[in-house]
Amino acid sequence: MTPSEEEMLRAFEERHGRELQKKFSAAAVAVCGLGGLGSNIAVSLARAGIGRLILIDFDKVDVTNLHRQQYKASQVGMYKTDALSENLREISPYIRTEIHTVKVNEENASELLKSADIICEAFDSAQAKAMTANIVLESFPEKYLVCASGMAGIGSCNTIKTRRISKRFYICGDGVSDVSENGGLFSSRVMLCAAHQAHTVLRILAGEFEV
Amino acid sequence: MVKINGKDVNAAGLTLSEYLKRESYNPKTIAVELNEYIVSKDSYSDTLLNDGDVVEIVNFVGGG
Repeated sequence: MTPSEEEMLRAFEERHGRELQKKFSAAAVAVCGLGGLGSNIAVSLARAGIGRLILIDFDKVDVTNLHRQQYKASQVGMYKTDALSENLREISPYIRTEIHTVKVNEENASELLKSADIICEAFDSAQAKAMTANIVLESFPEKYLVCASGMAGIGSCNTIKTRRISKRFYICGDGVSDVSENGGLFSSRVMLCAAHQAHTVLRILAGEFEV
Repeated sequence: MVKINGKDVNAAGLTLSEYLKRESYNPKTIAVELNEYIVSKDSYSDTLLNDGDVVEIVNFVGGG
């Protein structure tokens, strides 16, 4: 039986403490790209009881996504935004999700992201990553940005790190492992990078800004 | 000297775009911060690097 909203909140408070949970529940976090990074970030944040998630992706679930992304075989062909909000609601039934099934570009980014406190960049193409970082840092100097770069291949887990570039700009990954040169993507290493991003979000909300 | 990605580099007097070209960066896959502020792509060619500047060039690679 699905727990009531009150029961869910009490459980979050028991695990995170009441004060911190208040901050998690009040937060709005945008996840740009719902692939290997974004779907895993969203699951971690939903489990943490983040109040509102803004989920952005134009793509549909493909069978080649299932090896690392938080979708089910039965969801192949669905828009990732729809499939992920369905899955998140099974995990955390009272989470508020705002979905945008669009491709982020320089024209629409500011409108899509304006209500987020923290923005996670979780795209796969290097150009989309750089474009998002530039737009967010230029248009929203007051928001926090958590990017990822370098998590492809079967290299060591221990090279995936979080770096703080400036006051509100963090980047997770090994910085160098490009998917085109590293023989694909592996669920565990991509999830590790996503976990760095999600945990950075929680630490920012907790007022812990150093890495 | 200019501190670029944590290292002292002899780049004072160059514009940002001259330095990026010299080091073969692809302007489409980077974000650049100068003294903790983002430099917009339109300003790369008229941003002069000075002694004591701190520059972070974040180069994005694909995968996600």
